[in-house]
This record gives sequence, C-alpha cells and structure tokens, in this order.
Amino acid sequence: MTDYPALSLVPKSDIELKAKDFKSDQEVRWCPGCGDYSILSNVQGFLPELGLAKENVVFISGIGCSSRFPYYMNTFGMHSIHGRAPAISTGLAVSRPDLSIWVVTGDGDALSIGGNHLIHALRRNVNLKILMFNNRIYGLTKGQYSPTSEQGKVTKSTPEGSLDYAFNPVSLALGAEATFVARTIDSDRKHMTEVLRRAAAHEGAALVEIYQNCNIFNDGAWEPLKDNDTRDDVMMRLEDGEPIRFGRDGEKGIIRTPEGHIQVAEVAKVGEDALIRHDSHAKDPGLAFALSRLSNPRTLENTPIGVFRDIDRPSYDRLARQQIEDVIEKKGRGDLQSLINGNDTWNVN
Amino acid sequence: MSKQVVSLNRVVIRFAGDSGDGMQLTGDRFTSETAGLGNDLNTLPDFPAEIRAPAGTVPGVSAFQLAFADHIITTPGDAPNVLVAMNPAALKANIKDLPRGADLIVNTDEFTKRNLEKVGYATNPLEDGTLEPYKVHAVALTSQTVEALKEFDLTKKEAERAKNMYALGLLSWLYSRPSEGTRKFLEKKFSSKPEILAANLAAFEAGWSFGETTESFSVQYEVAPAEMPKGTYRNITGNPALAFGLIAASERSGLPLFLGSYPITPASDILHELAKNHHFGVMTVQAEDEIAGIGSAIGAAYGGALAVTTTSGPGVALKSESIGLAVSLELPLIIVDVQRGGPSTGLPTKTEQSDLLQAMFGRNGESPVPIVAPQSPSDCFFAAMEAARIAVEYRTPVFLLSDGYLANGSEPWLVPNVDDLPVITPGFATGPNHTDADGNEEFWPYLRDPETLARPWAIPGTKGLEHRIGGLEKADGSGDVSYDPENHDRMVRLRQAKVDAIADTIPDIEVDDPTGDADVLVLGWGSTYGPIGAAVEVSRRNGVKVAQAHLRHLNPFPKNLGDVLRSYRIVLVPEMNLGQLSMLLRAKYLVDITGVNQVRGLPFKSTELIDAINAAIETLSPTTAAESE
Repeated sequence: MTDYPALSLVPKSDIELKAKDFKSDQEVRWCPGCGDYSILSNVQGFLPELGLAKENVVFISGIGCSSRFPYYMNTFGMHSIHGRAPAISTGLAVSRPDLSIWVVTGDGDALSIGGNHLIHALRRNVNLKILMFNNRIYGLTKGQYSPTSEQGKVTKSTPEGSLDYAFNPVSLALGAEATFVARTIDSDRKHMTEVLRRAAAHEGAALVEIYQNCNIFNDGAWEPLKDNDTRDDVMMRLEDGEPIRFGRDGEKGIIRTPEGHIQVAEVAKVGEDALIRHDSHAKDPGLAFALSRLSNPRTLENTPIGVFRDIDRPSYDRLARQQIEDVIEKKGRGDLQSLINGNDTWNVN
Repeated sequence: MSKQVVSLNRVVIRFAGDSGDGMQLTGDRFTSETAGLGNDLNTLPDFPAEIRAPAGTVPGVSAFQLAFADHIITTPGDAPNVLVAMNPAALKANIKDLPRGADLIVNTDEFTKRNLEKVGYATNPLEDGTLEPYKVHAVALTSQTVEALKEFDLTKKEAERAKNMYALGLLSWLYSRPSEGTRKFLEKKFSSKPEILAANLAAFEAGWSFGETTESFSVQYEVAPAEMPKGTYRNITGNPALAFGLIAASERSGLPLFLGSYPITPASDILHELAKNHHFGVMTVQAEDEIAGIGSAIGAAYGGALAVTTTSGPGVALKSESIGLAVSLELPLIIVDVQRGGPSTGLPTKTEQSDLLQAMFGRNGESPVPIVAPQSPSDCFFAAMEAARIAVEYRTPVFLLSDGYLANGSEPWLVPNVDDLPVITPGFATGPNHTDADGNEEFWPYLRDPETLARPWAIPGTKGLEHRIGGLEKADGSGDVSYDPENHDRMVRLRQAKVDAIADTIPDIEVDDPTGDADVLVLGWGSTYGPIGAAVEVSRRNGVKVAQAHLRHLNPFPKNLGDVLRSYRIVLVPEMNLGQLSMLLRAKYLVDITGVNQVRGLPFKSTELIDAINAAIETLSPTTAAESE
C-alpha cells in the first residue's frame, strides 16, 4: 500500500482489501474473448494496492460496451449517458474531495459524442482518472466505424470505406492541455498496472488510452502490438530517464534531427548517446506530442506506450475548493438574513 | 418659485433611449428612490438582445417602465403617464403606447436631421404637429448637461454621457423623490473616479434645479406611501430572489449548494448572483455547454449536494436527455428555466411562457418531472425553496419555470425572517435496508419509502452501501439492471405514482371569489399573476363578478383543481403562449377552457384581460348581447 499525496483526502480502508472485494455480484456480460475482461481484472487487481476505503471509490461511465464497467465493480458507480461521464464526474469531483473517481469510456463515447466534455475535463485538470478503451470501432451498436478507425475503414455504415481522418487520442489530449497522458494495452497486465499506478498518483485529470481488442467487430486491430513475433519491432516502451529505443534487439531508437523533428534511427549508426531520453515530467509538451505522432495508424509501426506526459498543475476541483475557503476566510461565513436583506431596506411600521 | 404640488395615487413612467444611454440604470435608480419612499411599485425592463445595436436606431432602443402607487399594485402598468424619450428612435418605438394627454419629455438635442432620417421620420415630429395630443416638454437634455458640466475637466463625450443623470434629477424633482440613495450609489460606483462622480452628481443636481425653475413644468407631483403589511422591505428582481431562494434551501437543508450552468439570457444573472456568494459554501461551475451544466449538477447530486442547473428554453432542449437520466437515477435536481420567446433562439430578452409543455413532456419515454412556477419577482425566492423541497424529499428532478418578466422585473419584498423558512430534510441512507434469503443484510438502492415512494439517497463514502445506478431500467427494489417486461411496466408506473404523490404535500388551490357566486374563473400560472390580479380588481370595481385562482404547482396539480374548474361556467386561462396550460387542463379534467393568449414578448396588459373577462361574461348573458347589437 502506497500513500500518494494526490489521494490524501480519500479515507483509507481499515482492512486489507483483495481483488475479489472489488468484484460485484453482477454477471459480466461482455462477449467471450473481449479485451474488456482483462482490463476489468487488471483494475480489480490493482485497486487494493491503493488501500482506499472501497466506499470512497466511484466509477462513472457513459454508454458503450466499455461503459458497462461500473456494474462489475463493487464500489459506488454510475452508468450514465452517452459521452457525458466527464461532465458528471466533474460535478462529483468538485463537491467531494474525499472520493477517488474513475471514468470509464470508449473511443466513441469519449471522442465522438463526448469530445467536448473530454477536452474540457482535461484542460481544467479535474481530478479524474479517465480510462479510455480504444478498439477503433463501435461495438454496442454492432460495428460502425469510430473516430479512431483508420481512414477507409469498411463497416456497415461505410460500405465504400470511411472518409473521416482518425483522431489520435494522445495527440488530442496533449493539445487539450492534459497534465497526464498515457497509453497501454489490454493484454499487458504488468504494463497496465504500472500505468494505472502512475495515473492514480497524479493529481488532476489522467487520460489513459487502453488499446482494447473487440474480437467481434474489429478483431486484431492491435495485433502487431500483441503478437510476439512483431511486437518488439513496432512498439516502443516509454520509460522516464531511459533512452527511447526499441526493436527486437534494441536496434532502433529515437533521435532529434538537426531541423528539430524526431525520427527513428538505427542505434548502430547514430550511437546510443544520440538517443532522446524520455521525460514525461517535461514542462514543454513538444516531445510528448512528437512521440504521439510517430506511429503509423495503419501498420502501427513505431507505436509508443507508457506515460507520455505527467506534470504538476493544481486540479480544478482543488482550486474551486480553495477559492471558497479563501472567500470564507476573507468575508466570513455567509449570513442568510443579511444576504436577503441586502443593503437597501426600509421599514413599514 | 414654488410650484403647485399635486397628489397622485399612481404613476407609470417609461424611460426610453438608446442602448448606450443608460436607461436601465436610470430606471433602477428611480425605482430605488421610489421603494425607499414606501410606494408599492412594479417594474418592467425592456431591452434589445444586441449589446450595442447601431446607435439611434429603433432596434437599439432600451426602455424601463415603472409603476408606483400609494396602494398595492401588481403590474408595471399598461400605458405610461410619462414617457422620457432620449432620441427620435425612442420616441418612434414608444409613442404608440402613450395615451392622449400624457406627459412626454423629449431630448431635443437628438432630433437632428440625420437622426430623424435614421428612423424614417420625414419631418420633425416636434414641429409637424404629430405630438399635439401630448403634453410635450421639450428639453435640450444633452446640451444642458454639457453646459452644467463645463467647469469640469471632461471631454464633450464624457459630459454628454451624464445626461441620464440629468434626466433622473429632473424626474426625481417632478415626482418628489428623495435623492440621498442616488448620491450614495454614485459615490460607491465612482469612488475611484472623483471627477466623474462629481460630474454625475452635478448633472443630477442640474436636472433637479431645471425642474424647479423651468416654465415647462408647472406642477410637481407626489405619491404617498402605500399601506403595506408591517415589516422590513427591500426591492428585488426575480433572478436574485431565485438565487437567494436556492441559498436559503441549502442553508435550511444543510446540503451544500452546487450550480452547474452555461451562460444564457435571461438566466445568467442567477449564475452571477450565486458566484458572488461562495462564502455560503456555494459551488459554481461554468460548464463547457448546457449538457455539462446539468451533467455536473447530476454528479454533485449523486455526491449529496443540493444540485441546480439554470438555463432558458434552448438550454432545456439540450439538457433533455440528462433530465431523463435524473428521472431514472431518481436523484434530487433543480432545473431552472427562465423562459424567453421561442422557438429556437427566438426572442432572448423578451418574456414568454411557452416552455410548459417542454418541461412537462420534452423527454423520451414516460418521464414525469414535477413543475413549480413563481408568480412574482419576490416569489421566485419561495418557489425556489419549494422546488428544492420536492427535489430533495422525493429524489427527483424538478422544473422551476420562471420567465424573462419575473427575472428582470422588480417589486418591494417583505423580507422573511430566515428562522421562519421551511426546513428541508435530506435523510441520507446510512445502512442496509433489506435482508436477503440467507439472512444477510444488504442495501437496495431502489427500495422505496412507502409513503413518498422516494428511493434512498445513498451517497458515495457511506460504508456498506456501495451500489451502481444508471440509465438502464432497474429491478424494482434491488436496482439491478432488468429487462423484464413486467418490471419495466411496474417501474414506469412507480415513477409516475411518485410524482403524483407529491400532490399530497401541496396545498389546495385557493380561489378568490369574494361574492361566492361568480360564473367566470380566471386561472393563471407564473408571471401572469400580476396582470390577472390587476384586471380582476378593476372588473370587480366595475361590478363584474369574477373569481381568480393561480397555480404554483403545474405538475402535479393541486388535488382540488378538478372540482374548482368544474364549479365555474367559464374558466379563462391567460397565458403568454398559444394555450399550453389550457391543453393540460382539458386533457386531464375533460373540462372546457377559454384560452386568452398572446406571445408579443411582453406581459399582458390588464386592459386585455379586462376585455377578455367582459367578453366571457357577455357570452353568459345572451339578452344583454342581443340588446347591445
């Protein structure tokens, strides 16, 4: 159990909780083989290490397959309406500093119908941990393309291929002034747990994009990142302080070009010292953004996973509470009678 | 020269000028002076949606009407006794409302060829005889103000801007208003600009002295204080009253107040007022859109706050899905709709009552929401408390239907003693409420209170009450997701029955029928209370028997409403819409209703309603009707 300053206002559990304590009595109803199962199990396995009182943990979701998540968590939870979970959670976070609030959403829920709420929750830095399951497809409505689907995607609603250019959720979040942005993969328990830990320790909004497989409508969307034969070739793990390098034998790395761009280079040619070291705490989001642009949306080559950005900025809800405290400090607690009397009364006798 | 002083019972003044002329401020100051004198009063600001429409044009005219009297009054008056027209556009826009013989104060400086052409006057109305029916007081307001301020180190433009204070000084003299309040107000407003303060005070004094000395005004008027119930009074407009009511509900329930809102005319002042009161622990979130406004409020309600969202009609349309969620979640939530002219963007700054059916039915599925409507600016305070009571004690979203007239209109308010205000009891769930087959205690989030049918309000952080809620249909009692046909049928009926049961806690509608044998009942809701009251009073003075009743609860209706409707031969329902309450009453009670409807963006004139009452009486006495032909 670790004490994170970001969670200092959330009461601790007086008993040691286990993963099973976070499992509700509801039967899990995702399709067999869905990537959501492993995410659920990872989250349930991770939460006990925070040592929080279970009743002070809240999961809020929107609509979509991923948004069934709260029903399966034995915490407080709300399965709300399409795209609105960040807005609803904002009200809860502002009014209840004693809660650990997790938003569960998908690529359609968060980036399409709920895009506005997502970007505003991020720029305000509301104390929410947003788990965005990205499967690049609409699952619950049975297989239409989503805002993260690759252009040209053939689906029921786009028999000749989709025309929309895809969102890159990490780039979007960085552009929306997010203070914490990370990416992980449903099937990599260890990596996801590490990312969840960093997200939980962060004060403010944390966006965690989770590459998740929909085996019914978009099976294998992330396969190059999961397949043992290809994974190391296409995926780079971002680790703070470490040179960014990948490839089966670590033969590739990221360097900065004389023009100031970043690109993939052969380590043998450029030398290890030329490689960029990852720094998620960098004030300037430039490198994080550049890293988010590296991957090829079609082949998934050069896909970074890990924490892109993790900087300190006071959360919106903390500032909101502070503002109220400051006003009370300055003016004293409001008196209802003098409020309604105002400054300009007269008496009728 | 001392002038003759004439006592009047009631005066209606309209200040009209360009949006930039400061007419709203002038009206506010005159109102404040009048309130302090103990007159009863009622005001109606009428301003354009544009912040600065092109200067000198009719669309840019901003007006403020004020009625004050030595007796209780309920409307800002049908027609002004005095019109102050600061330019030709103001004259053009308002002259049609001025009765023959009324006083007309005109700023002659603005009647230039160019300004006249701007509004389509071919000849100068000050010279062509068109103003003959009125008592015209032609005053060079602008140049006299500039002249009065020539000692000050001001540009001509700055000096000209004080002309509204000159006009206020003149009117204050004319109606014997005390000037101390205005002096204090200006001192506060311009405390950091002593030169501007001195200039404004000088302009005010100059206007006052001009009234005293000019031949143009031969008499000065006075209006004695009204006889009003004893107590402490203040003047108040509807939006602040509503905000205060919400704060009062927060204090009297012990629940922190949370407002999630997106700015929209004419509701934004509620957000502003609440944001000024963070020292009551009030939380205000200016959200990214209307949906996030209500969304954040739902989140706060889930967390145990007294949650509110404020908006106008177009915002309600955007919030509809979220209101449906709140119906399904059965969480307390107040949705304030300050109605304005619609459809679509409609008339943002003008009043209307056309969201009643939207509040009643504007959602998918069977989605009942209680509706409360205030009847006057100060009543917004009590109506807000009542909406909070219903929301909290029945765990339901509640509509509070104000309108643009209530929001911006003002009246004196007998300020209540806060200890006398009702107490609201949240009654949070604290422990398990059900025992399963094996004898284990558990918590059922949808196990209802047998009396109110309200479900428990179990807020996060309560040990042992972890549960999940959502927009999917829930099993009666356990709250688990359920697609069972019988269960859905039962839950739909339960949600309706819960809202219907609120009628058990609302008072019967009271009918004011002094002779007890009137044939005609005038039934209103919301801001039509003032005009209806005025019309009924005049009708009775003219010997007409007419009853009056006013609805505060639009859903559910008071239990005795059906009996009341059936006991009159004619029920007149005036509404600033095309008959929305009429439709609800006909549908529910199978009675005939005679609608009196207008959607001009302005309150009813009492004369319109007097005519409607007379017309109704006519239909009951065919002989009289025949004779008059």
